[in-house]
Amino acid sequence: MEDILTTIRLTLMLALVSTLILLVVSTPIAWWLVHSRARWKEVVAAIVALPLVLPPTVLGFYLLIALGPQGPGGWLAGLVGGRSMAFTFEGLVMGSVIYSLPFVVQPLRNAFAAIGPRPLEVAATLGASPRDAFLSVALPLAWPGFITGAVLGFAHTLGEFGVVLMIGGNIPGETRVISVAIYDYVENLQWREAHILTAGMLLFSFLVIFTTMKLTQKTGRAGW
Amino acid sequence: MSGAREKIEGSFRGQSDDFHLEASFSVPASGVTGVYGPSGCGKTTLLRCLAGLVKYQGALNFKGETWQDETQRIFKKPHERRVGYVFQEPSLFPHLSVQQNLSFGLERAQRDTVEVRINQDEVVQFLRAESLLQRAPQDLSGGERQRIAIGRALLSQPQLLLLDEPLSALDDYARKEIMMCLEDISSRFAIPVFYVSHDMREMERLADTLLLMEAGKVIGFGPLAEVQADPSLPLYHASESAVTILGRVQNLDEPYHLAEVAIPGGTITISGQNLSTGDNLRLSIKASDVSFVSDPAPATSILNCLPGRIVSVAPCQRDAGHVIVQVALGQAGDGARLLGCITRKSCDRLELQAGKPIYAQIKSIAVMR
Repeated sequence: MEDILTTIRLTLMLALVSTLILLVVSTPIAWWLVHSRARWKEVVAAIVALPLVLPPTVLGFYLLIALGPQGPGGWLAGLVGGRSMAFTFEGLVMGSVIYSLPFVVQPLRNAFAAIGPRPLEVAATLGASPRDAFLSVALPLAWPGFITGAVLGFAHTLGEFGVVLMIGGNIPGETRVISVAIYDYVENLQWREAHILTAGMLLFSFLVIFTTMKLTQKTGRAGW
Repeated sequence: MSGAREKIEGSFRGQSDDFHLEASFSVPASGVTGVYGPSGCGKTTLLRCLAGLVKYQGALNFKGETWQDETQRIFKKPHERRVGYVFQEPSLFPHLSVQQNLSFGLERAQRDTVEVRINQDEVVQFLRAESLLQRAPQDLSGGERQRIAIGRALLSQPQLLLLDEPLSALDDYARKEIMMCLEDISSRFAIPVFYVSHDMREMERLADTLLLMEAGKVIGFGPLAEVQADPSLPLYHASESAVTILGRVQNLDEPYHLAEVAIPGGTITISGQNLSTGDNLRLSIKASDVSFVSDPAPATSILNCLPGRIVSVAPCQRDAGHVIVQVALGQAGDGARLLGCITRKSCDRLELQAGKPIYAQIKSIAVMR
């Protein structure tokens, strides 16, 4: 039981940290995708969307190399005295952020696009600088998109399996998350533990989706 | 009225999706400048250039202050220009209350330490919006929203107010109500206004200066009556051609319910309903309501027969059988200009030509406001 609690705590931690980073990273990307007139904008959009279609093992493989001692992840780890970022919690966060990026960027992009240019023009003629208009008009109007993006990012990180296995392995308290643990329990015929985790995930997922729908209904528009 | 300090001077050119914009003008930085032309001729684009919402090549000088100039690499962003912009559709912020919408620009003006000359009480009273403050934008009618949008723009303490067909999306009732506010807005708040519309009657009511556009080009600008009476511009030849004349009620002829109105170069008599002595009026006289006689007619039912001098006679471009005669009222021919549309045959019979003294008979006069 101690194992299960550690796994749940770690998984929630991973999803939470990843979601926060995802929101911070995705907001400027989504904004840029809506407002830029660059011709290669759709190339960037395609790269961001890549994890939607890429097999998790393929993504995991490249991430493993990038996070390993020879990659930029290894260099980064060297700064704090480590050798590699593979098989660490931090590495897992990085992998999750990349893997779940399209699930956050897309709802945000839709939400920003739905605002249209008019409210921002109104704000500008009323003396609001672009930064001011973004904070006081665009963000509040895109609020449902942020809820949707956060939920999708969180849920998707919670459920990832292939990428975690490739770059995180199965170290209890460090990289062992629920989805991997379930697989493990089933492999070892520990049905009781597997049941607890799967039923918990089912219930939790339902609650998350249900609450989101309620929330976005109240504010009017959902970003999906 | 001269010098760059009292003027708004602009010159913009560039290619848009629909037309080649070529707009150069110089208008007084006071009163209402009406931007008039058919739909899709670039009126809104011109207004967006003034606000800095789009960037075309060119220059813009507002009361001696450069807002845009390529040669000096100056382009002030919209939020640095202090313009109030009222869009065709009201565009209130849906996430803010009516009160917060009104304060949006005001707060930013105060933050930028702009002197507050237009305060909320004044604006709310002016727009008769007292009862709207406690409601949500979604619960307001189109006309009510547009009133709040106008108030919001005014409260941002603008130096220039841009109104882009603010009435076109509204029903007749709301239109009338807002029109009454717009008539006074420029003088009441001492602010120059650009008013875009494709409705000439709105221009006759509101505009002091008229700026004519056609297919992306500014084809003429100047005081309203001058542009209306310019034979080289299309208004002169339009089927509804008319001139707008400012007058003042001098006398009421109570028994007959008539009023005598002094206009430059003469006095005319109009229906006195709801008028009192001293009222300033805007009158519109259609070219089709004006006819000419060489001597004052001894007996006619037409009350208004004024002496004047012919300024020009030009064939009507719309109808080869007609000519349009421009007359300056007054014995000396130095008063208000009138247009009269008559047949070419009458013109030849009366031997009308520039400089000739004549009497203009006016069949009907519309009081615009």
